[in-house]
Amino acid sequence: RSPRLPARELSAPARLYHKKVVDHYENPRNVGSLDKTSKNVGTGLVGAPACGDVMKLQIQVDEKGKIVDARFKTFGCGSAIASSSLATEWVKGKTVEEALTIKNTDIAKELCLPPVKLHCSRKEGMRNISLNSSMEVY
Amino acid sequence: MDVQATTPLDPRVLDAMLPYLINYYGNPHSRTHAYGWESEAAMERARQQVASLIGADPREIIFTSGATESNNIAIKGVARFYRSRKKHLITTQTEHKCVLDSCRSLEAEGFQVTYLPVQKSGIIDLKELEAAIQPDTSLVSVMTVNNEIGVKQPIAEIGQICSSRKVYFHTDAAQAVGKIPLNVNDMKIDLMSISGHKIYGPKGVGAIYIRRRPRVRVEALQSGGGQERGMRSGTVPTPLVVGLGAACEVAQQEMEYDHKRISKLAERLIQNIMKSLPDVVMNGDPEHHYPGCINLSFAYVEGESLLMALKDVALSSGSACTSASLEPSYVLRAIGTDEDLAHSSIRFGIGRFTTEEEVDYTVEKCIQHVKRLREMSPLWEMVQDGIDLKSIKWTQH
Repeated sequence: RSPRLPARELSAPARLYHKKVVDHYENPRNVGSLDKTSKNVGTGLVGAPACGDVMKLQIQVDEKGKIVDARFKTFGCGSAIASSSLATEWVKGKTVEEALTIKNTDIAKELCLPPVKLHCSRKEGMRNISLNSSMEVY
Repeated sequence: MDVQATTPLDPRVLDAMLPYLINYYGNPHSRTHAYGWESEAAMERARQQVASLIGADPREIIFTSGATESNNIAIKGVARFYRSRKKHLITTQTEHKCVLDSCRSLEAEGFQVTYLPVQKSGIIDLKELEAAIQPDTSLVSVMTVNNEIGVKQPIAEIGQICSSRKVYFHTDAAQAVGKIPLNVNDMKIDLMSISGHKIYGPKGVGAIYIRRRPRVRVEALQSGGGQERGMRSGTVPTPLVVGLGAACEVAQQEMEYDHKRISKLAERLIQNIMKSLPDVVMNGDPEHHYPGCINLSFAYVEGESLLMALKDVALSSGSACTSASLEPSYVLRAIGTDEDLAHSSIRFGIGRFTTEEEVDYTVEKCIQHVKRLREMSPLWEMVQDGIDLKSIKWTQH
């Protein structure tokens, strides 16, 4: 797929969506919910509808502190959805301590989010907060 | 399906323009040879075509580079000409950016501007307009059809009020000319802005109508050789104005049929979407509304993500992510749309060349993707669980 295709496919002007973003958006991994009442599940909810970005991230942790499952739901733009999807992919299989080291900038770099989407990169901070709060809750 | 942003050239317009792009390349202001005379004749024919669409005299039509320039001339030109006695202008909160920005720059020059609010329907309150007019008001500027939500303002009534209070009335009619019947005398309009590329004409050209009887005086913005009665210096671009003229003539012929066809397609789009999807809101008054501009909010789904899903349809949204700032559309905010719904809005544009298949395809994809995105939305999930979203304390970041 040529890198120019995403730009023409999307109506956003002068913004090239990296094919990784498009991929995560069209085939998001780990959409859904875990049982929030379960003791092994941590749930984080950040953002506000008024800001156009709300993200719910859930993780399921085993007795050894390893994240065995993660799910997300997002109200937000394509980059937001892609970042959430990627975050859930990355935390699976890591321990809670390891997952806490994932930084906003790592996600932005992996998805090649352009600097013009500055406000979306703040959303990576949200991913982090959501990750952290879900782990704290756990 | 983004005809409010721009329209394709009608083939008849292109046909009219081509000779002036190839052989008839004279400067219409050259008085001494046939190249100039034939260009001038074409320019004057175009002027008559534009005038006849809005019920004006050709001497009242000045060609410009587009509606933005026309709006600048109308607002700054009138305000500055009468500045010794009149220091106040009135406009609305839902005007196009060029109108609002012109007003803002006048405020920096010492003028005072009232920005009238609109009701939930998107329409201004005529009583508020009357109350806002002061003895030193020179101009009222209200757009005919809004470019984001398609709402029609009560132009004839506004014209009546302004005329009785001896205040000039300007309307930005870029989205209305050639689509709904307009008559500057019946509606008591003193100045009107026209855009070429909104009515299947070329980009880079527009016109401003400036009333002669009683005469509206305007301070010119652009200095130069005195073309266009001194109100807009610069060589008039013959091919472009020929295109604008042809577009106006075609629009006059097609207006009734286009309106019927577009109304039916709009009805089809709205009905089919609303019967398959719950929690869809149409922004703007459904009655005083130009059918070709439909703005819908899909609750619990963010606008840009929906646009990304509808990737093979050209659409536009009032969501923040598609603009440079984090703020959603000021028009939606002015009609009182909740902020989260403002982030969830999409504008569908239906035009002369939109087909039924295109509408059906768009509707089908829209329904499919809204359902999919709602499945991915934490807000939808919470609402399904019976949670009242307004009761939640959202985190800031």
